[in-house]
Amino acid sequence: MLSSYLPILFQLVLAGGFACALLVLTHVLGPRRSTAVKLSPFECGVDILDEAHHRFSVKFYLVAMLFILFDIEAIFFYPWAVIYRDFLSEGLFLLIEMGAFCGVLVAGFIYIWRKGVLEWA
Amino acid sequence: MEGGVGIESHLFMDLILDLLPILVKMLVGFFVVLTTTAYLTLAERKFSAYMQDRIGPNRVGPFGLLQPLADGVKFIFKEDVVPNHVHKVFYIAAPALMLVPALLGYVVIPFGDSIELFGRTITLQIADVDIGILYILAIGGLSVYGLFMAGWASNNKYSLLGGLRASAQMVSYELTLGLSVVGALLVYGTANLRQIVLHQTEYWTLFGSIQVPHWGIFLQPLGFVLFLISAFAESNRLPFDLPEAENELVGGYHTEYGSMKFAMFFMGEYTGMITISALTVTFFFGGWHIPWIEHAGLTHNVVAALGVLAFLAKTACFLFLFIWVRWTLPRFRYDQLMSLSWKGVFPAALLNVFGTALCLYVLRRPM
Repeated sequence: MLSSYLPILFQLVLAGGFACALLVLTHVLGPRRSTAVKLSPFECGVDILDEAHHRFSVKFYLVAMLFILFDIEAIFFYPWAVIYRDFLSEGLFLLIEMGAFCGVLVAGFIYIWRKGVLEWA
Repeated sequence: MEGGVGIESHLFMDLILDLLPILVKMLVGFFVVLTTTAYLTLAERKFSAYMQDRIGPNRVGPFGLLQPLADGVKFIFKEDVVPNHVHKVFYIAAPALMLVPALLGYVVIPFGDSIELFGRTITLQIADVDIGILYILAIGGLSVYGLFMAGWASNNKYSLLGGLRASAQMVSYELTLGLSVVGALLVYGTANLRQIVLHQTEYWTLFGSIQVPHWGIFLQPLGFVLFLISAFAESNRLPFDLPEAENELVGGYHTEYGSMKFAMFFMGEYTGMITISALTVTFFFGGWHIPWIEHAGLTHNVVAALGVLAFLAKTACFLFLFIWVRWTLPRFRYDQLMSLSWKGVFPAALLNVFGTALCLYVLRRPM
């Protein structure tokens, strides 16, 4: 049923139009009295020392990678969860299947925990 | 020929009659959500004022009720500063990228049962999609782009740190948010939000006469707690508001933003709060369902209308909870925040999934 997604398309047009309208409106209606100081980066009143794009902690990359791994695995839970009730008559099959899958997931999880990836000290 | 034209115009009328309710629901929904967003800012300031023994905004209109309007007008007429050092395209696109997903999310949430009008059945939901919950999670995930883009494009140290923290926090809690509803999906056996609410309108009968509704809170108490924790973190609210920790990062990712662009981040955040509160109600508190109303002998349309009010009231309760918690609890430290997500909520959510699956097997297995 594609038609049930039609309202979402309408909403996208509406929301996108609204956001663009706001951006344009404030640009058109606002006054323009810019000074050199106003256009410089905010540094709590201190003179700017250097660029802001420094190297940052590798921890953030690790979190992003872990997220991708675990979120993809979490997505696999969804179809399983939705059909689980219908297959209860087939015994523990579906549960054991997911248990095996989850075992791999948990093994990886324990590994990263022991490796100290989850420590932020 | 004439017959052909007749059929065509008939089809055209049908199309109009199909589209009209959708457009009406969409526009009314848009208006209601934006108005709620605006008044939520006032509610936040009023409640915080009362909690701190102040009065809060009371100058614009009676009890300050016109304050959101005044704020909006002021935002529009402020100078639109685009600093020299920013990456212009991303800097301007970021607020829109934050606001648009927030406004897209709520369309799949059912706000009422169905009503009969002129022989047509109109479901009180803007888009009834089968993958409702997946859609909300996917769209909600998009707002990370807006946050990080804002932090990076501002070319400011505070903004960058805020953006980094925001994205790490949001992806961590997106995972737990997604996992914490899997238990509920196991119980309901569908990802369609309307079906989920309909499932909750049934009753258990205890002690022969007491009827208890099938609400998700009774079926998934642990799932509810985990969901609520993740929801607070996902909307960057206290006690998880590290991305904009005012006393360390000035304002976080939106430090360099002003005028309407700043307001758009705010609108995105508050709309996200509304969506997540409505989702909590849908999943764990029976959506539009009023317990025992079936016995009152009201007509279908009246029940549906009362249901919409019930849904709004329940959502308002959760919105109040968001505000209440913000002005009650102090902020977490960053390492506490991350370890709560990865070492606390994530394993607990996995346990919840397997516990639910086992319980279902034991209780529902065909003998």
